[in-house]
Amino acid sequence: MNLDMLRPEICLAVTAVAVIAVDLFCRIKWLVNITSVAGLLASICMALLLIGNSEQSIGNGLFILDNYAIYFKLLFLGIALLVILASTDYVKRLPKLHGEFHALLLTATLGAMLTAAAHDIIAMLLSIELTAISLYALVAMLKNTKSNESAVKYILLGAVNSAVLLFGLALIFGFSGSTSFTTIAAAVSTIQVGNIADHAGLLFGLVLTLAGFAFKIAAVPFHMWAPDVYEGAPTPITLFLSTVSKIAGLSILMRFMLTAFIQTDSLINNLGIILAIVSALTMTAGNLIAITQHNIKRLLAYSSIAQSGYMLIVVAVAAIGLHSAASISNLLYYLVAFAIAEVAVFSVIIIASRNADMDDISDYAGLAKRSPLLACAMTLGLLSLMGLPPLAGFMGKFFVFSQAAQNGLLWLVLIAVVNSVISAYYYLKIVRTIWMDAPASADAVKTSLAPKLALLISCTGILLLGILPALLNKAAEWGSFLALWN
Amino acid sequence: MSLNYLSIIVFLPLMAAIALALLPRMPLKLVKYIATGAASTVLALSVYLFCIFDRNASGMQFEEIYSWIPALSANYHLGVDGISLPLVVLTALLGLVAVLVSWKSENRARELFIWLLVLESSILGVFCSLNLLLFFIFWEIEVIPVYFLISIWGSGNKRSSALKYVIFTLAGSALMLVGIICMYFVTGTLDMVALEPAHGALATIAAPAMSTAPIFFMLLAGFAVKLPVVPLHSWQPDTYTDAPVAVNILLSGALAKMGGYGIIRLCVSLFPESSQRFAPIMLTLAVISIIYGGILALRQTNLKRLVAYSSLSHMGFVLLGIFALGQTALIGASLQMVSHGLITSLLFITAGIVIDNTNQPNMAKLGGLARQMPVTAAFFVLAGLGALGLPSTSGFAAEFTVFLGSFSSSAVDGIKWFTAVALLGVVLAAVYILWTIQRVFYGPAQASFDSVRDAGKLQRIYCGLLIALIFVIGICPTILTSVIQNSAAVIVSLVGG
Repeated sequence: MNLDMLRPEICLAVTAVAVIAVDLFCRIKWLVNITSVAGLLASICMALLLIGNSEQSIGNGLFILDNYAIYFKLLFLGIALLVILASTDYVKRLPKLHGEFHALLLTATLGAMLTAAAHDIIAMLLSIELTAISLYALVAMLKNTKSNESAVKYILLGAVNSAVLLFGLALIFGFSGSTSFTTIAAAVSTIQVGNIADHAGLLFGLVLTLAGFAFKIAAVPFHMWAPDVYEGAPTPITLFLSTVSKIAGLSILMRFMLTAFIQTDSLINNLGIILAIVSALTMTAGNLIAITQHNIKRLLAYSSIAQSGYMLIVVAVAAIGLHSAASISNLLYYLVAFAIAEVAVFSVIIIASRNADMDDISDYAGLAKRSPLLACAMTLGLLSLMGLPPLAGFMGKFFVFSQAAQNGLLWLVLIAVVNSVISAYYYLKIVRTIWMDAPASADAVKTSLAPKLALLISCTGILLLGILPALLNKAAEWGSFLALWN
Repeated sequence: MSLNYLSIIVFLPLMAAIALALLPRMPLKLVKYIATGAASTVLALSVYLFCIFDRNASGMQFEEIYSWIPALSANYHLGVDGISLPLVVLTALLGLVAVLVSWKSENRARELFIWLLVLESSILGVFCSLNLLLFFIFWEIEVIPVYFLISIWGSGNKRSSALKYVIFTLAGSALMLVGIICMYFVTGTLDMVALEPAHGALATIAAPAMSTAPIFFMLLAGFAVKLPVVPLHSWQPDTYTDAPVAVNILLSGALAKMGGYGIIRLCVSLFPESSQRFAPIMLTLAVISIIYGGILALRQTNLKRLVAYSSLSHMGFVLLGIFALGQTALIGASLQMVSHGLITSLLFITAGIVIDNTNQPNMAKLGGLARQMPVTAAFFVLAGLGALGLPSTSGFAAEFTVFLGSFSSSAVDGIKWFTAVALLGVVLAAVYILWTIQRVFYGPAQASFDSVRDAGKLQRIYCGLLIALIFVIGICPTILTSVIQNSAAVIVSLVGG
């Protein structure tokens, strides 16, 4: 067991425990924030130190250490850090749950990091559950009717989803005889192209597994939970759900597809078409329903569903074209661009609702007059999600679309660009409210230093990545390891 | 060449805008001087480039290439040729005029100047970019300033007009983006110079006209919305009517030219076969735009809406000149873009002065203003004469060249008929311009307008400047044609016209 390769995860687990201890024995609340930020920073440093290590399996093949995993670890840690920074004021609304909030956030992040590194069905399932169970509690933390309702919904649907996922994985295990991705791949590769229909059990298991992943990333038709849960959850948790939880789902979907099922050409190609159709449905449904929303968190939930659709394009391309190296670097870029834009937008909502919920779009009327900084950050974030150059979101879309067009998915690209135009309508609706409507009150919105820092980091990221995408592309090319599997 | 002139020209307004945005407590007067200073510097630099431009060369000049996105092998590549340089100068000029037009603005004035400068940068960027991705980025950036400018400082139904503009533009550019992506994966390059068939890349597809036709049309969609061409014009009258005058100037004077420029630079020079094949369709649309715009202009009662339809009609001549696919016609089209920019801006400015000072956009209720506002009346009449193509104005020089070129062009069958029908547009222009002058400025003076102010001192200066340019170009068009002709010849030689 080379556990030293799990240093970032161990550090994070220790921090989570330490946070609970500090919360228990210490009356100074901000020490909890400091502890969790310090733990995250330490974990980030340890993850950075892992770069350059040769690819190796950890714990007898349960997990794997490769650039892909390190990249996601850093991404999750970074987002978690920004979430905690942005919610320093917001957590005062949860006076008795200060420690729990931070500790559970850290364990959820830990689960996501392990998910991205999982290389075995059991490890994957446990990591996913670690994130999910932490989030069940976090969603309920506001303890009001809405929050409770969404928590119950999330737990029930999440439990059903876990069952579906488990059933699918059990079937795959039954027909391949192994829990390890590598062995499954070997078993799948013996299937003759053309008689896939003889392996109905395996196929059925695969379909159920994909449904389980689709739930995690809120892809149509498994998206229904997202708007309700996003709306009722505390806003920092909404941000966490729509970034870390979703990205973790995508990271394992991509790895599972490309390592365990890459070999049989016709199987994966057929899956690619199905994924492409799901992607088209997801973005269209998300964008169309978003138009009618008045609650900003619900609107962003649908927008986030639509974004899952764009991300699925990459997975579909990877499945159809088998261009895994380029697909992965595109996905990684898109995910970072998406995450920082979400952080910018949600941070503004978190900051604005430090005292009471500001969930209606009309609550943001005249925000530009009350706080130019918040207004600029939110506008940048929304325009980046919309895909307007020169922001990060545009470059992300450009990479994704151009690769999809090269791999014969031109129809999907056309649907995607039409969707981008549709999305402009509701994103601009918020922008218009911020800049052009008269504010209900003239009070400036108070912002303390830490949330400002989160805003500043995300806005700089949106601009910098949009203008000089080469910066991240260098980093994203690490992910090209999966090409070796072909 | 020691300085990166083009980068300075493109980014100076943007830098000034960022500086203004970061210094919120600056006194308004200083804001105005900074905006004017940036716009004048850009104008001075572009005029300087216009003077030192080598009129005997045919390729790109003042080029700048830096590595930008290695993953896409995309470079930061700027440069101008004879087609784009006059448009750069025009944009710089109109950018300055737009800043001056807004001089007296009080409502959120700092933001107004910021957005005007951002808009100027993005238009200049489009004309200078030689990389498709860079081109597209500048092309899209423009949407946001225009959206804010119209929906905050516009009038009437400003918000829905602004949204309509944005949705039309985004829909057009979405298709354009797909076209660019297709071109990228077919040829593997995003560089416009490398893409030109003369230089090789696109020719290596060895594609018949049919397979490149969808790309041609997707690119065309984005440009046709901007130009605009019937039937993609329906955003234009609403937007022009509700936009503030400064935006009218930049929209009709400079932004619309992005459409014409894009068609020349990307559609015609990269897809000569498709251009030739589909020229009759495009010529039909051009003629429809000319006649339809003219007829609708006749029926307008709102002064700015009339100018909007007249603009639609006149941009039809640009399309006619381009798809006649002959050298003279193309020179005419380029000339018409500059001339239309000057004339329409002047029409919008004077219409704006009339509407602002009388508070009455309805022509039926105006009349006899020549007595109360003689200077404005004179400006409007002179601009109107340019619009109807009176000899010695730039309007005449441009439209005459277009007609001469398209009538004698051999590249398209039946071009003579298109030209003959399009000539009707000139007659229509004469009717609606003269009738407007009569309705607004002549007739019995109305007592209610007795206290109306005439054009102010500043307004007289920039209107006088525009009129001087209209006549200078009209009398001596070689100033421009000497710059345009070599580049036009290169493009036409691709088409074989």
